[in-house]
Amino acid sequence: MSFDVARIRQDFPVLAECINNKPLVYLDSANSSQKPHHVISAMSQFMEHAYGPTNRSAYQLAAHATDLYEGARAKVAKFINAKSPSEVVFTKNATESLNLIVRSWATANMSAGDVVVLTHMEHHANIVPWHMLAAEKGIVLRWVPLTADGLLDLSQLDQLLTGAKAFSFTAMSNVLGTINPVKELIDAAHRHGAIAIVDGCQSVPHMPTDVQALGADFLAFSSHKMVGPTGIGMLWGREELLDAMPPFLGGGNMIADVKLDGFTCAELPAKFEAGTQPIIEAVGLAAAVDYLTGIGMNAVRQHEMDITRYALDTLTHRFGDDIVIHGSRNVEVRGATISFAYRDVHPHDVSQVLDQHNVCVRAGHHCAKPLMKLLGSNATVRASFYLYNTNSEVDALCDALSEAGDFFTL
Amino acid sequence: MPGLEDLYREIILDHYKSPRNRGSLEPPAVRTEGHNPLCGDEIEVYLAVTDGIISDIKIGGQGCSISQSSASMMSAAVKGKPIADVRALISRFKHMMSIDEGGPEPDTSAPLGDLEALQGVVKFPVRIKCAVLSWNTLAEALETATA
Repeated sequence: MSFDVARIRQDFPVLAECINNKPLVYLDSANSSQKPHHVISAMSQFMEHAYGPTNRSAYQLAAHATDLYEGARAKVAKFINAKSPSEVVFTKNATESLNLIVRSWATANMSAGDVVVLTHMEHHANIVPWHMLAAEKGIVLRWVPLTADGLLDLSQLDQLLTGAKAFSFTAMSNVLGTINPVKELIDAAHRHGAIAIVDGCQSVPHMPTDVQALGADFLAFSSHKMVGPTGIGMLWGREELLDAMPPFLGGGNMIADVKLDGFTCAELPAKFEAGTQPIIEAVGLAAAVDYLTGIGMNAVRQHEMDITRYALDTLTHRFGDDIVIHGSRNVEVRGATISFAYRDVHPHDVSQVLDQHNVCVRAGHHCAKPLMKLLGSNATVRASFYLYNTNSEVDALCDALSEAGDFFTL
Repeated sequence: MPGLEDLYREIILDHYKSPRNRGSLEPPAVRTEGHNPLCGDEIEVYLAVTDGIISDIKIGGQGCSISQSSASMMSAAVKGKPIADVRALISRFKHMMSIDEGGPEPDTSAPLGDLEALQGVVKFPVRIKCAVLSWNTLAEALETATA
């Protein structure tokens, strides 16, 4: 089946919305993606006809809900080629997944002076939990710097990894769009005896992911960025690692037994799923995985490379020196997330003018303040594209941007 | 839907393009810092108080047109004013930005001058934080200066 963006757009009801008689131009999918009716109706059908609690009750409704919830896990496992569904833990979001790794794995395996290596392009979710552990236990953070065109500077990687216990990095920058050489980074970590933690928030929704081929140890990602609902995130981890880790949150569902003098944990993955889980969201997520699988992640990636190339060319052609685009120009090593500065107009003001045209972009620091500091600004404008975006939406962005220029010329 | 001209009044763009009282002051002047975590805007307020009067004020930092122009207008409005008047002006401005701090209704009889132009910000709720950033930072500076 060839990639038909017009047909795909029909699957996303919100894209047909108009505000003040102007169509919606949604260019903020790196923040959160829109949802196809497959996901919307799967969730409402479930609530209307089949909702029940999971894992606790013997009646048919509950058994069916449990099947759907565990089915979602199996679909996610297959989507990233995990060895077994029990390696997939459902969380609240990817931020919680990363916190789980730090709170559970790192707290149990790292002590004062132990090193974690991060990169300068990390999201706060892959920085702050480590800072918190550093404050608590005195672990040490080392940082992989960037090259001028926004790639990781790997020239000192071996020195940085020497003696490190963990290397935690993003597969794709949420600001620069840079796609990191994940396999190479994982191999480097393992050569030095460090585990490799991959933040896949920006990569998993946009390209094929195979955790076994990568040889990763952990992968964190979220549903809402991959056309699924909010409220559910994923942590994949190698079974022997997850097995050996202490529990994260305590409560119902995560126990095998509880006595007055202690408790024993449930088997994976329930061990990390305390309390009532996001059952409805898991049903929506399963529909999202089916939807993306039906289109094919190679096709999604190809479409995004095409639109990224068009966007980079068009922005450069129309605005020349008035625009500074951060990151690489090579679409082979970047995804469809484009951060830029436009003249001296503040990103917040740019986005305000774009909003008058229903062009939705993110303006701000994108939860990556250390990276912003490197870029020498407090904020950028970020346009991010997904499978449903078109070249004419790139044109709409450019038209609106011209107006911002006229308005704010200093 | 409110248009851009409701937000970006000419006087606002004027203060943005030619900000008043830019710079810094040496101690004993007080320095406070405000951040808008949403968009990364930063404001520094340098405040010198002599005999209960704002004898000098300087503004540093960077941000969007609304936060910068609001800071510029604020600096012009409070320079040379007694502390009590400035406190009242802060409440009144926040009230204009529909921020209710539970105090008595501010006296709105005196003209607001250039600050009146920021009234339109209320129609763009996301931007209220931008407009108020420097005022909160000033309030903090006043606390420190009078502590």
